[in-house]
Amino acid sequence: MASKAQQASLRLRIATYVFVGIWLILAAFPFLWTLWGSFKVELDFFSIADWTNALTGKNTEETYGRPFTGAGYHGAWVQEEFWRAVLNTFIVCFFVVCTSLTIGTLGGYALSRSGFRYTFWLLIAALMFRALPPITLVAGYLLPFFEWNLWGILPTTIIVLVAINQPFTLWMLHSFFQNIPKELDESAKVDGCTQFQAFRHVIVPVMWPGVITTGLFSFLLAYNDFAVTTMLLSESNRTMVPEIAAFLGTTYTEGNVMFAVAAVVSATAPLFILVMFFQRQIVSGLTAGAVKG
Amino acid sequence: MKHRTFFWFFLPTGLAMMLFIAAPLVSIIMQSMFAPHEAVLVTVENCGPFGCQQETIVDQEATRALRDAQPLGRFVGLDIYFDRGHLAVAEVAQAWRNADDLGAFWTRLQNLPFYRAMAFTLTYTFTVTPLLIVLGLMIALGVNAINARIKGVVIFFSLLPMIVTPLVGSLILFWMIDSRGILGTAIQWLADDPDLSLKASTTLTWVMLIVYGVWHSAPFAFVVFYAGLQTLPMDQIEAAQIDGATRWQQVRFVVIPHLMPLVTFVALIQLMDNFRVLEPIVGFNAQAHATSLSWTILNDLGGETRQLSAASATSVMTVIGVAILLTPVLVRTWRDFKGKT
Repeated sequence: MASKAQQASLRLRIATYVFVGIWLILAAFPFLWTLWGSFKVELDFFSIADWTNALTGKNTEETYGRPFTGAGYHGAWVQEEFWRAVLNTFIVCFFVVCTSLTIGTLGGYALSRSGFRYTFWLLIAALMFRALPPITLVAGYLLPFFEWNLWGILPTTIIVLVAINQPFTLWMLHSFFQNIPKELDESAKVDGCTQFQAFRHVIVPVMWPGVITTGLFSFLLAYNDFAVTTMLLSESNRTMVPEIAAFLGTTYTEGNVMFAVAAVVSATAPLFILVMFFQRQIVSGLTAGAVKG
Repeated sequence: MKHRTFFWFFLPTGLAMMLFIAAPLVSIIMQSMFAPHEAVLVTVENCGPFGCQQETIVDQEATRALRDAQPLGRFVGLDIYFDRGHLAVAEVAQAWRNADDLGAFWTRLQNLPFYRAMAFTLTYTFTVTPLLIVLGLMIALGVNAINARIKGVVIFFSLLPMIVTPLVGSLILFWMIDSRGILGTAIQWLADDPDLSLKASTTLTWVMLIVYGVWHSAPFAFVVFYAGLQTLPMDQIEAAQIDGATRWQQVRFVVIPHLMPLVTFVALIQLMDNFRVLEPIVGFNAQAHATSLSWTILNDLGGETRQLSAASATSVMTVIGVAILLTPVLVRTWRDFKGKT
């Protein structure tokens, strides 16, 4: 866009900046507003009298003596024990990402190095599995999980999420491994390595960029999942998202909406940090599938 | 790679998918054809000081024995698919006979849970998808033209609506459009109607959910199109300029054709994703005005009475819906594969 002819007229440039500015407000304002409001009392967050109360915190000041209060966070984290849900979420996410990447890497590598026709059909099957909404499978899990006493505990949910993750992981890693030259592991095999040794010593050291990108998406899938965690976890083992959904049922009646607001902000914060550090990987992961196909 | 090596490499992931995706799929198809056992009733004679009475009670033991013997329930074939909670064949036929015109028929159809859910799911899917593509394209063109130094910040904030948990995102918007929230107040002020509540009207609830859907998914379209714009053929743009094309004509005849494969890709992915809409309905607490097939499954499975058969039948129908939307993707992949070999 350097050439003089490409230079847009001033009016068009202003219009572009205005439009991008409006989009930025649409995208970011709800989060900033809720973050700000989470330090207020409910009468300020939901202001009937005057909407500027939400900014100045008039009622918060009357109640607590200063315009900000951590009451919502205290209520959610201590009183309602939201920290349990946070802990559970990170246990689930950690194990889902690790397991998913371990078995996904092996599978994806095999798919990229085998020239036989069945690899295509396996990938097609994975594509179909990827398209299935997880909620449709839940009815199939419940009966056997109740029967074998597996319902409600974290390991069951972890394994289910790993399995639901696999189709996507396989596609990502398959296309990623295809970009690593075959000659690399072929030559290792000529030197006497077995296929696994070639994978272990030649491919593993160079595969991390792709694995990290795939891991990010596995993390997001496990972190954001609603259908599986809501249906498969017992009350004491809930992760953040079903816990927030459960808050809604109780807080609207008790008038503790601010607990839910604080919990929502707490659940958003890790994602903020994640995007901040891994923006490039997320963008490249999103486009990897698209630009090729 | 030898078959044997391939087998061992693929075994863990293959097993996981077999056990937790393929097997449940078979299981929901089975379950959707079995209804729970009815309780076994026995008639006993109860004799008291005021004479004898015939009484019908549930034979707990026999019922339990029957349930243990056939845990799946009794086989009912496709009956569940045709009952009132699903395709409601009898009710639809009756509504068709009794209704005077199409409008009345449509109103009656909206009282049946399946058709109510389908009406919203399809409206949502087919309005959100084109809108998010248009918005995504506009953002991509805009961001591509702005100063390179602020691009990173813009992309960071643009990603947020998509990355944030759908339930959390919808809650954040829900609180803002509450009649006491900032957007709700603003809308009341704009409409000059202090009693206006988005939650009370079906049409406004649908609009709200669609706006949320576009807000949530536009970043995906934006990122994909933005990546596509980086590979734009500059010589074609220059050629168009020399031929005197206006900026709009360059976009219309060079940029959009260049991005067309990506538009198809985004459309196909988003059609499938929007069809499974669930979290916004929960987050916006909108089930009184809008339901989807996924929400029906969640509702059947939740609570004390887990209606597995009903949920399974809805699941199978959802899978069929997704399969229909998936067909073009499969055809495309197949053609790519054919082209490669």
